[in-house]
Amino acid sequence: MATTQSRTLAKIMLFPSVSLLLAWMIVPLCMTLYFSVLDYNLLMPGDNEFIGFLNYEFFLTDPAFIESFFNTLLLVGGVLFITICGGIGLAVLLDQAIWGRNYVRIMVLAPFFVMPTVSALVWKNMFMNPVNGLFAHFAEFIGVTPIDFFAQLPLLSIIIIVSWQWLPFAALILLTAIQSLDREQLEAADLDGAGPWSKFVYIVLPHLSRAVTAVILIETIFLLSIFAEILVTTSGGPGYSSTNITYLIYTQSLLQFDVGGGSAGGIVAVVIANIVAIFLMRLIGKNLEG
Amino acid sequence: MAIKDTNKSKLIYTLAAWTVSGMIFFPILWTIITSFKTESEAISASPRLFMFDWTLENYAEVLSRSPYFDHFMNSVVISLGASLLGLLIAIPAAWSMAFVQTKRTKNLLKWMLSTKMLPPVGVLIPIYLLFRDFGLLDTRIGLVIVMTLINLPIMVWMLYTYFREIPNEILEAARMDGAGIKQEIFQVLLPIALPGIASTLLLNVILAWNEAFWTLILTAANAAPLTAFIASYSSPEGLFYAKLSAASVMAVVPILILGWFSQKQLVRGLSFGAVK
Amino acid sequence: MLKKLSLIIASALTINAAAQAETITIATVNNGDMITMKSLSSEFEKQHPDIDLKWVTLEENILRQRVTTDVATSGGQYDVMTIGTYEVPIWGKQGWLTELNGLGDDYDIDDLLPAIRSGLSVNDKLYAAPFYGESSMVMYRTDLMEKAGLEMPKAPTWSFIKKAAAAMTDKDAGVYGICLRGKAGWGENIALLTSMSNSFGARWFDENWKPQFDSKAWKDTLEYYVDVMDKYGPPGASANGFNENLALFQTGKCGMWIDATVAGGFVTNEKDSEVADKVGFALAPDNGLGKRGNWLWAWTLAIPSSSKKTDAAMKFISWATSKGYSNLVADKKGWANVPPGTRTSLYENDAYLEAAPFAQITLDSINSADPKNPTVEPVPYVGIQFVAIPEFQGIGTAVGQQFSAALTGRMTVDQALQSSQRLVERAMRKARYPK
Repeated sequence: MATTQSRTLAKIMLFPSVSLLLAWMIVPLCMTLYFSVLDYNLLMPGDNEFIGFLNYEFFLTDPAFIESFFNTLLLVGGVLFITICGGIGLAVLLDQAIWGRNYVRIMVLAPFFVMPTVSALVWKNMFMNPVNGLFAHFAEFIGVTPIDFFAQLPLLSIIIIVSWQWLPFAALILLTAIQSLDREQLEAADLDGAGPWSKFVYIVLPHLSRAVTAVILIETIFLLSIFAEILVTTSGGPGYSSTNITYLIYTQSLLQFDVGGGSAGGIVAVVIANIVAIFLMRLIGKNLEG
Repeated sequence: MAIKDTNKSKLIYTLAAWTVSGMIFFPILWTIITSFKTESEAISASPRLFMFDWTLENYAEVLSRSPYFDHFMNSVVISLGASLLGLLIAIPAAWSMAFVQTKRTKNLLKWMLSTKMLPPVGVLIPIYLLFRDFGLLDTRIGLVIVMTLINLPIMVWMLYTYFREIPNEILEAARMDGAGIKQEIFQVLLPIALPGIASTLLLNVILAWNEAFWTLILTAANAAPLTAFIASYSSPEGLFYAKLSAASVMAVVPILILGWFSQKQLVRGLSFGAVK
Repeated sequence: MLKKLSLIIASALTINAAAQAETITIATVNNGDMITMKSLSSEFEKQHPDIDLKWVTLEENILRQRVTTDVATSGGQYDVMTIGTYEVPIWGKQGWLTELNGLGDDYDIDDLLPAIRSGLSVNDKLYAAPFYGESSMVMYRTDLMEKAGLEMPKAPTWSFIKKAAAAMTDKDAGVYGICLRGKAGWGENIALLTSMSNSFGARWFDENWKPQFDSKAWKDTLEYYVDVMDKYGPPGASANGFNENLALFQTGKCGMWIDATVAGGFVTNEKDSEVADKVGFALAPDNGLGKRGNWLWAWTLAIPSSSKKTDAAMKFISWATSKGYSNLVADKKGWANVPPGTRTSLYENDAYLEAAPFAQITLDSINSADPKNPTVEPVPYVGIQFVAIPEFQGIGTAVGQQFSAALTGRMTVDQALQSSQRLVERAMRKARYPK
C-alpha cells in the first residue's frame, strides 16, 4: 500500500532513533573492545600496553565466573518462575467480582514504583535482619531460630526481593490479558459441564500464552542486569554465592578499577546477553508475531 | 439461593484478595509507619503497629541533613525531560515501523530491544570518559541524554505495539480525504494513540526516576537526583531504621502517588502487544 | 520608577556577588563526625562569604568508587575529597593530589600525631589533612563482666577474650559474648582479620610478594575467629560491619566488641546508647608475639589535582581540621564529640580527657600502631589492616568474601584459605608482581 514517498518519509522518521541507538551502542562497544585487549588499570597510569587476549583468559578462568554464570541463570529463572506463577494466581483472583477492587489493585501495584535501592534496603534491614528484622521478631515470637537470610540463603533472599518488585508488573499484564478473554467461550464451557480447573487449563492458560511471553521478554531484559539489589544486600557473597555476571564485572571495574579486565567481562556479558536475546526473540517470534 | 451463593463466593474472593494484596503492600506500609517512630522504637523486639508515640523528628532530621528539594527537582527534571525527549524520537520511529512495514522492521525492533540487554557496568569507563570530555559530568542534560537512550528501545516497542492496534482503515480514510502525512499524524493518529503515548510516558518516568546506576556514577552535587539522596542513608552510624524509613518514604512517595493516580493509563499501556 | 530602578540595580548587584562567590564541592562519608562537620559548616561560610560549599554525602563504598573514578580520570567533579590512609600514599605518589602547603600560619602542623602524619605524607610532603584518626580497641560491658566474675586486664590476650566471651554469652537473654565484623569487604572484615592476623604472626605476603594464606598462622587466626563467632557471636554476623555492630552494642546485645576507637564516643553517648554508663575499654588483644591486633586509620581531607579552586579548598580543609574546629564542636556538641585521634593537643586538654573516658586508650593504641612494620615477620608492604597497593581493594574484598563464607559455614576454614591463596596468586600474577 505504502507509496515511495511514505517509504522515504518512514526512513527519515526512523533515522533519529536508529542512529542514536547505534551510536549509543557502537561507540562504547568499540571503546570497550579496544580496552579489553589492553593492560589498563585506572589506578596505575602507564602505557596501557597491548596484551592480546590475556584479560579474557583471566576473566573466563576466574573461579567466580562459572558460579556467577549459573547464579545469573538461577536469578533470572527464579524470579520469572515466581512472578509468572504468582502473577497468574493474582490475575485470576483480581478478575473475580470482589469488593474494593480498586484499592486491592492499588496495593498490588505499589511495589513496582519503589526504587530498587530502597526496596533492597528496606527488606535487608527491616525484614530480613536476623536480630532486629521483623521476620526475626516473628520467629522468636513463635519460638523458632530466626533465619539468617543473607548468610544461609543469599541468592534466594535476593530472588525474593526482586520478585516482590516485579510481581505487580506480571500480575497486571496478565490481568489485562484475562480481562480480554471471550466470556462467551467460558459460558459455553459451563454449559458443557466443565469444572473450574479444566476451564482454567484449557481456556485461560492458552489465552495467556502471549502475555506470558511478553512478561518473560521484558523482565529478562531488566533481570539480566540486576545489580543494585546485590550491592545493597550481600555484595555478592558469602563467597560468590550471590554474585551474578553484572556484579562480577562491577567488582572488576569499580573495585579493582581494572578497566581491561572489566571490559573483557563486559564483552563476555554482551555475548551472553545476545545468546539470551536470540533465544528470546525466537520465542517471541513464534508467539507475538501472529 | 443462587444470589446467596454468589455473595458467599464474592466474600471469600474478597477476603483472599485483600489478604494477598495486604501482604504485598505490607513492606511499604511498614516503612511508612516506621518513619514516624523513634529510633529505639523502630528496632524494638515487640514491634507495635499503631500504638506508639508518633514523631516527625526523623523527617526534620532528614530535611536538615540534605537538600531534599534540590534532589527532588533533579529527579523531576531528569525523568520528565528524558521521557519527553524520548517520546519525540520514539514516536516517528514507532509510526514508521507500524505503518510502513518492511522486511527489516521486525529485525530492527529486535535489535533495538537487544541493546537494552548490554550490562551498563561493562561500558562504564568509556561513557565516563566521554562525559568528561564533553563536559557533561554532573549536569542534568547529561543525565537526560543517558536516560533517554537507555529507555528508548522500551518506548519504541511500547508505542509500536500500540500503533499496530490502530486499524489501517482509519488512516486510509483520512488519506482518501486528502490528508497529508502531517495531518495524518497530528490530526488522526495522535488523538487515537494518546492513551498509549501517555502510558509510555508514565512508565518511562517511573523507570528513569528509579534508575540508580548511571544517576549515581555520573553526578556529584548539582544534578544528583533522589537515588543519590538515598545513598547517603543506606548505612550510617548507629541506629538508623527510622531515618532510613523517612528518607525512603520521601524518595518513593512522589512517584507512588503519580503511579496510583494514573494506574488505569499505566495498566492499559503495559500490554506490550500481549493482548489481542 | 525609582523603585523599579533600584530593584534592578539591587538584583544586578546580587547577581554580581553570587558570581564572585566561589563554590567548592566537597565529597564526604555519611559518618557521624562528618555530618557534624556539615552542620557546622555555616560557620565557615560566615567567615568566608566569598566561598559557598556544596556537599555530596554518601555511603562509604559508593563514595570511594565515585571519588576514585573521578580522580583517576581527572573528572574534576570535586574540590575536596574525603579519603582514607589507604588512598593517600598511593594517590600522592601518582600525582593525583595537591600538596597541602598553604594551611595557614596558625594551623600548627607539628601538633598532628606523628603516626598519622607520616601516613599522609609522601617524601615528607603532606597530601591530606586528618579529620579524625582511629585505632582499634576492646569495648566491653562492665556490668556483664562483673556478673561473670572476671576482670578485664588493660592489655588482654586472645585466650582471655575467648574465656570472657564464653562467660558473658546468654543467648536466651539476647546477649552475645562477642561482636566482630563479618561483612565482606577490605574495609570491613578484612580490616579486622588482617590486624588480628598480625598478632597471630601471619602476613599477607612474604618478602617476594608470595601470598601467605597457606601458613599456619593464618589458619590459627581464621579458626579462632570462626570458632568464637560461631559459639558466642550474634546471628547474622556475616552481614555485620561497623555500623551494624554499633547498633547491636548500643542496644545491649554484645558483651565485647573489638572495633574502631572512634566508637568510644558513640557507645558512651547517653542519647543513642542504652549502655552508655556500663562500657569499659582495653587495648586490642595479642598473643604474646610482640604485635597487638590494632589497626591505624584516618579519614582525611584532600584536594584532587584536577580541582581548579585550590585556594578555597585549602581554606576549608584548614578550617575543618584545625584546633579552632575542635573548640567549635566542643562548644556546640560537647567535648566527647570532638573528632578524635589527630592532634596531640587534644590529649593534653583536661576538659577532653574528662569527657572522654576512652581518650587514653585511643592515644596509646594509635601510638603503638606501626604501619611500616606491621607484622611479626618482615613484609614488603606498608599498612596494618591493609596492604597499600592499588590491587588491594579488589583482592581484599575477594578474600573477605571467602572469610565471610567460612563464617557462615558454607566453606571450611581450610577451603576458604585455599581459595584465598589461589585468587590472590592469580591477581598478583595478572598485576605482574614482584615489581
